[in-house]
Amino acid sequence: MTAVKLESSIAEDETVIAMQNVNKWYGDFHVLKDIELTVAKGERIVICGPSGSGKSTLIRCINHLEEHQEGKITVNGTVLDKNLKNITHIRREVGMVFQQFNLFPHMTILENLCFAPVWALNMPRAKAEETALHYLNRVGIAEQKDKYPGQLSGGQQQRVAIARSLCMNPSIMLFDEPTSALDPEMIKEVLDVMIELAETGMTMLCVTHEMSFARSVADRVIFMDEGEIVEQNTPAAFFDAPQVDRTQKFLSQILSH
Amino acid sequence: MQETTVTFQPTEPRPAPVHQTKAIAWLRSNLFGSWFDTLVTLALTGLLLSFVPDLIRWLFVTATFQGDDTVCRENGGACWPFIIEKFQVLMIGVYPQDLAWRPAICAIALVVLAWLTYWDRIRGVALIVAWAVLPIFALIMIGGAFGMQEVDQSVWGGLMLSIMLALVGVIVSIPLGILLALGRHYGSPAIKVLCVTFIELLRGVPLITILFMASVMMPLFLPPELVINNLLRIQIGLIMFSSAYMAEVVRGGLQAIPKGQSEASLSLGVSPVYTVAFIIVPQALRHVLPPLIGRCIALFKDTSLVIIVGLLDFLGMIKSAALDTDWLGFQAEAYVFAALVYWLICYSLSLYGRQLEKRGPNART
Repeated sequence: MTAVKLESSIAEDETVIAMQNVNKWYGDFHVLKDIELTVAKGERIVICGPSGSGKSTLIRCINHLEEHQEGKITVNGTVLDKNLKNITHIRREVGMVFQQFNLFPHMTILENLCFAPVWALNMPRAKAEETALHYLNRVGIAEQKDKYPGQLSGGQQQRVAIARSLCMNPSIMLFDEPTSALDPEMIKEVLDVMIELAETGMTMLCVTHEMSFARSVADRVIFMDEGEIVEQNTPAAFFDAPQVDRTQKFLSQILSH
Repeated sequence: MQETTVTFQPTEPRPAPVHQTKAIAWLRSNLFGSWFDTLVTLALTGLLLSFVPDLIRWLFVTATFQGDDTVCRENGGACWPFIIEKFQVLMIGVYPQDLAWRPAICAIALVVLAWLTYWDRIRGVALIVAWAVLPIFALIMIGGAFGMQEVDQSVWGGLMLSIMLALVGVIVSIPLGILLALGRHYGSPAIKVLCVTFIELLRGVPLITILFMASVMMPLFLPPELVINNLLRIQIGLIMFSSAYMAEVVRGGLQAIPKGQSEASLSLGVSPVYTVAFIIVPQALRHVLPPLIGRCIALFKDTSLVIIVGLLDFLGMIKSAALDTDWLGFQAEAYVFAALVYWLICYSLSLYGRQLEKRGPNART
């Protein structure tokens, strides 16, 4: 993996995601506590933290796969409320990649990629296929287009999942532990695709435990614990001089092996 | 370290197995593998020998293929001229003879479409449209419309009626069952209660009760101008009964789909309706294909119950043919023929089910 730090492509004056005072409970369990987060256009954020700290829930609130009970989330100027029209509008702007890939097993790779453009954007089939092939080429698996997901390796499936999101031409990408379900030898091929995506200036929020990825790609690293944002900083400052005890403890645990 | 040399020593070649011919080897491994296998084989052979020769003698050797009832009685075996003479009645009941070509055309259309479906020559939307249009076409042909001579439903009968009840029943109750299952799985509390009540009510009642309700009790409660004809009432009863069972089968499939599937589709900005229609339901149906085909077969056999509300379906015609005074004493032939026809149709359905399971992505991995 490249150790070179990517050039930052942040447009400081343009906020694309704003979370103000966001709170969420699962029953009695307070999973997100007073989250304040603004993301600038082109910013690459890595979110890390121990299991159960609310990091997945945080990014799942941004495209309303989870509903927040308090606070305000604004994405590209659209306020996220219960209005299905707004939710759908935001989901078309925000791509998401899951830990378990979640490809549609009854469709071929090409059909997986064409599904959303055709049924959500009314794109003509031929145009959708053209777009799909473009992105399949970019993630390097165009020759697998007629196979079914079950016939591909985990790494290939995750690259297809990334391509599938890109077909909707999103302005923001969310990654929910994209490499956690992969065999070690396949992690690199997925991270390489993510790095390439970062180089194009895509706004990215990644929940990941890949600290070398965080170091080389992220503009900002956010540490969460027990539903709170505990610390956030540039990767260099975050890894080399963590300010808070909990961060230091977490870093010593994950970096020691 | 000391070096050791190992010389390769081939083992002595073993003699070839004693039983070299395929048949004997197969017998040995499959029928006489152990003393228990041998025992079972011998017992079953004895059982088969005790009745199969007599059955074959009755069915073919001493059977009559041409002639009338006196010849039959002399020969003593099965009397096939009886079936041949009653064939038309068994197929279409007392439907007018001179119009018999109309159900015949429908039968041909059904066989052709079934053939195309079985061999996967027709797919997707075309397949669904063809199967939706077929019963409508059949109803128009058999009932008469657009200037064709009309034939009252009271004379529809025989295998034609059985197949029509089952076909319309399956084609309507599968989509209805899917809707009920979706309502029960995803619906708002009110819709959920409605669906659960419908499903549990219909599943908790024997089919005969539903048929009686449809045929006898509905006209008592409804104002006369709302009373639809008997056949349609019974068809609706069958559809409601079947859809309750279909709903439970489909619900099993819905529960097997991981949450990630709908999340992936929704996160792409696809609407919830399209997500259910194109991501959830197709996968759910694939999961429950075997029990779904099972319900179709069950529905076809259940249509034989309509005899108790006065419809003369295939089995009804078999019964009345067996009571014909010219051919008294040949009931066995009638029921053997009925069993053969039911078995042929049900077996082709289950063959089609197996064919379907072999297709698609699940089979490929």
